[in-house]
Amino acid sequence: MLRRWGLGLLGVLLVAALVFVAMRSGPLAPTRVTVQQAESAAVSPALFGIGTVEARRAYMIGPTTAGRVLRVLVDVGAPVKAGQLLAEMDPVDIDERVAALDASIARAGSAAAAVQAQRQDALARKELAAINARRYRDLAAQHFISTGALEAKLQEQTSADAGVSGADANLAAARQDMRRLNAERAGLRQQRDNVRLLAPADGVVISRDAEPGSTVVAGQAVLRLVEPATLWVKVRFDQGRSAGLAAGLRADIRLRSTPALPLAGQVARVEVVSDSVTEERVAQVSFDTLPGSLSLGELAEVTVSLPSTAPGLVVSNASIKRQGDKTGVWLADGSGLRFAPLRLGQTGLDGSVQVLDGLQAGDPVVVYSAKELTAGSRIQLVDAVAGQKP
Amino acid sequence: MISLAGRDILHSWGKFVLTGVGLGLLIGVTLTMAGVYRGMVDDARMLLNNSRADLWVVQQDTQGPYAEASGIRDDVVRSILGMPGVARAANVTYLTMQVRSDATDVRAMVVGFDTGQPGLPGEPGYLVAGRHITRSHYEAVADVKTGFALGQRIRIRRHDYTVVGLTQRMVSSGGDPMVFIPLKDAQEAQFLKDNDAILNDRARTAANPGLNRPGVPGLLEAIQASQASNHNVNAVLVQLKPGFDAEAVAEPIRRWKHLEAFTRVQMEEILVAKLIATSARQIGMFVVILAIVSAAIVAFIIYTMTLGKIREIAVLKLIGTRNRTIAGMILQQALGLGLIGFIVGKVAATFWAPVFPKYVLLESGDAVRGLAAVMVICALASTLAIRIALKVDPAAAIGG
Repeated sequence: MLRRWGLGLLGVLLVAALVFVAMRSGPLAPTRVTVQQAESAAVSPALFGIGTVEARRAYMIGPTTAGRVLRVLVDVGAPVKAGQLLAEMDPVDIDERVAALDASIARAGSAAAAVQAQRQDALARKELAAINARRYRDLAAQHFISTGALEAKLQEQTSADAGVSGADANLAAARQDMRRLNAERAGLRQQRDNVRLLAPADGVVISRDAEPGSTVVAGQAVLRLVEPATLWVKVRFDQGRSAGLAAGLRADIRLRSTPALPLAGQVARVEVVSDSVTEERVAQVSFDTLPGSLSLGELAEVTVSLPSTAPGLVVSNASIKRQGDKTGVWLADGSGLRFAPLRLGQTGLDGSVQVLDGLQAGDPVVVYSAKELTAGSRIQLVDAVAGQKP
Repeated sequence: MISLAGRDILHSWGKFVLTGVGLGLLIGVTLTMAGVYRGMVDDARMLLNNSRADLWVVQQDTQGPYAEASGIRDDVVRSILGMPGVARAANVTYLTMQVRSDATDVRAMVVGFDTGQPGLPGEPGYLVAGRHITRSHYEAVADVKTGFALGQRIRIRRHDYTVVGLTQRMVSSGGDPMVFIPLKDAQEAQFLKDNDAILNDRARTAANPGLNRPGVPGLLEAIQASQASNHNVNAVLVQLKPGFDAEAVAEPIRRWKHLEAFTRVQMEEILVAKLIATSARQIGMFVVILAIVSAAIVAFIIYTMTLGKIREIAVLKLIGTRNRTIAGMILQQALGLGLIGFIVGKVAATFWAPVFPKYVLLESGDAVRGLAAVMVICALASTLAIRIALKVDPAAAIGG
């Protein structure tokens, strides 16, 4: 009798176990979900981007014509002042051409002196011709000489006058030639100065790209300078998540070398041109106080804070789902699951999303679920979905 | 007559129950093997469901991003967005690799999805903890099967990522759990090697006189910068507007865009029929062997139990019990044994299925078919014992 009851009990237990597993696992089992009441809070939206440290002003110091580097006077890291001689290119034959021009100028001076002497000579001849012409005129008036002789003397006078004009013109030409040669010499002087590379502004040398003796072409840099006080971070933001980016916003900068140290800064400029290939907007973020050891090209993570929204209903972005072309959340009220389309506002970096329309305070919003939910899913409310086996 | 079989069972219930449990474990193994196959098919379906796409656009003449490698430019998505019937389209990359965290290494499929707008295909559809990715770099959502916890730092290639959300049942077709990271980070992970390799590449480019021209300043830097960027993705996932047929939208993409576009039906066929075909046949053979072994064992057990009762059966025959009754008793015992075995097997399989490293899906259809098969096998197995029982000479009861 006892045995019968015992075996009967065993049989019942077995059947109960079967029913249990049928209901609790597999397709008949309800989906575990967690639910959170929709609460009122303020969302602090922020924009996050990765940037590199760059210099606002960078200068490439190099020659304007191809040439050979003669000497480089500074090395990487040296601070320089505006106007300081940094490097010099090989002037090749400029100095010799200046010497040639000097000789030409001297020769032109001598030529001018010669023309001057010729002019004196012409002046003297003109005087004599004038005196002769006057005497012969007097003589001709008294009929002591023939008309022919008078005309000859008059013609001598005209020739002497012409001689003086010619000498004047030659003198002017000689003077203009001297001016031309002086101008050419000044030009060569400029070219000689051009092979001396001077610093355009105060700064620090960041690279030394050519050593004495190497040939560089026009446009190639021998040295590169930056102004260290103008270092800023060039940050890239996803275009889809860059709404509200404007100059003047406060920013939090974390350098790759010191990720635990937050540095304060602000958006100095939002670039007008975006990157259409990577679909990113670019902004320049300046530091409030420059940190001590900053290197160009270092990566930084920048978070730009936007003004907080007014307190309103917020939901976690884990609860936002799409049904067709509508965005909303699942509500788990007493009668099962219901999809509520919402109008959403700003998002914070912590995952909270502002709800503008479609939700009341206290609505039970489904946040986490063990499976994809549909309108007919059977649900079971639990405290936490993760960590439990399906 | 229930009482005859029942009384016999009551008489030697221990042997019966133990035999049933043993048989049950064997049946449980068979059900689990069928569950392993179903789990593999479900993994493949889950992969397609979780991408939440209606069309997969991949490189021409390849079989999709899962079964074969495919590479397309990342601006192809813009031209696909303009095609009729396309509601949303997004780039996605897949890379199966080891993801490191502290001292452990986990094999995972790293999925790069577009974080530019929320709600694009490729994003995990539901979470079990944490939140979705909000930053454009260095955040990750991981499947619970990886063993990562919220807030843990994991290393993928050159960067560290913070796990901000957890999902469940997001696996690749091979059963590897998924880790979701922003697309740009995934493109870099797929392409950018370690520092030594990068320096080596730079040196090779600098040694090429065609690329390193002294008279063209800036050329070498521009070439090295272009080599260090990746603009390829593995596929574009497309969601269709309501009312549009998938094949009707896929056909113009195939014809005019020189790409391949697979609908959901075609992807399922590729994954289920081609990718897991060999494993399916392997498991199928194993299930058949197990079924044969179970049949043989049931037959052997019933036979032995009947042999043990030869004397009692002879007595029954002597006192005039009809053959039909005796056969019925043996049949009922066999069926009862089969039922107990099935219940024990189903319960055991349900309890040990989650322990398996890959997903085991125990379908109720399989259970019902299993029950029917067990009943049939038991009935057939009992014919051997019935024949022995019917051949017994009643005279053997009195020692003749």
